[in-house]
Amino acid sequence: MSLNEFEHADVVLCPGGPLLLRGEHVIEDDKGGLHRTTRPVSAVCRCGKSAKQPWCDGTHKVIPERARP
Amino acid sequence: MFTPKARGELSEALIDALRTDSVDARPALALDPTDDGDLHISLWVMYELMYRGFDDVDDDVEWNPTVLELRRSLERLFEDELRSKYAGEPLPEPFADKLAECIENHDGVSVAAFIQRDADLEQVLEFLRYKSIYHVKEADPTTWVIPRLSTGPKAAVIELQYDEYGCGDPNRLHSNMFVRGLEACGLRSEYGAYIDDVPLEVLKQNNAWSLLGLHRRLRGAALGHLAAFEATSSLPSRRIAGGMERLGLPGEMIAYYDEHVEADAVHEQLAIRTICGALVEETPSLAADVVFGAMTCLGLEDEFARRMLGEWSA
Ligand code: FES
Repeated sequence: MSLNEFEHADVVLCPGGPLLLRGEHVIEDDKGGLHRTTRPVSAVCRCGKSAKQPWCDGTHKVIPERARP
Repeated sequence: MFTPKARGELSEALIDALRTDSVDARPALALDPTDDGDLHISLWVMYELMYRGFDDVDDDVEWNPTVLELRRSLERLFEDELRSKYAGEPLPEPFADKLAECIENHDGVSVAAFIQRDADLEQVLEFLRYKSIYHVKEADPTTWVIPRLSTGPKAAVIELQYDEYGCGDPNRLHSNMFVRGLEACGLRSEYGAYIDDVPLEVLKQNNAWSLLGLHRRLRGAALGHLAAFEATSSLPSRRIAGGMERLGLPGEMIAYYDEHVEADAVHEQLAIRTICGALVEETPSLAADVVFGAMTCLGLEDEFARRMLGEWSA
């Protein structure tokens, strides 16, 4: 790969945290509800504890390490 | 905006000089700051010449060499203080993970927790007046850094800033959301409206943003500062929004903090991983400054929190 080519993933799994989504998407939550992304990069909760499902609200940082994704 | 009130001999000499026709800051250069308040209001005034300026100061003064010389001498004092207090420790690999951990483990006092549970309306309005100095120009100091970066970190900063600036929609520009919140609360929303009221700790926080943003040499520290700021915003914003709901503040102001719960959960990851991680991978020698910037952000917020909680519990 040339030095001027960059890895730029559309979906990024953050260690112990959310899944980042680049671009526009519609997410179906576990109850069938649909949520459209509203920002250039969105963070989808992977720990299940966010109060703003399906989006990450930072709660993953205050749960025990072993409960983190 | 007009020049603020002086807080000592140096700021008085400086502001007097700025408001004359042939500006010469040399008389101020000969003076020592009366105290830290005097030093930091002087520095704030000189930085503002580079943002929006003052109605009572000629625009040409922005690059006046005597003013720049004075600014440089005060910046050195401030940077020395910050480096002696907030240098931080070198981090092991992998840098981004360790930076995240080190920010997360920082043990500071929290204004947000107080606002959530105990603050009364007057205290929250006081908090908003103080925070307004930065929030009405939110994200601007980081924008200075962009042209100083190489491709990877530059694109990463833009990805974050684009969201800060509402993806080009003025209604969603974070600083404008705060302005609308201030108006809904019956507070003044003009740029710098409450500068005469803010305590030293707020001036120091604002001056740190500008110091790090305006020096190419300090670009690593500027981005470390950004990372710590974003990584300590999501959870506190939720607490602040909760306290504001408890006190019945207007929806516009709550919306600002609510927006930051979600936005900063994203920005935290971007700032730590795609921005600071990429920067240090490319230029390992900047690692220490990234940590210095992060520790500076956390340390100065702590100084602010101690001041406010001390006053509110008195
Ligand atoms: S991953 Fe962040 S709150 Fe669940």
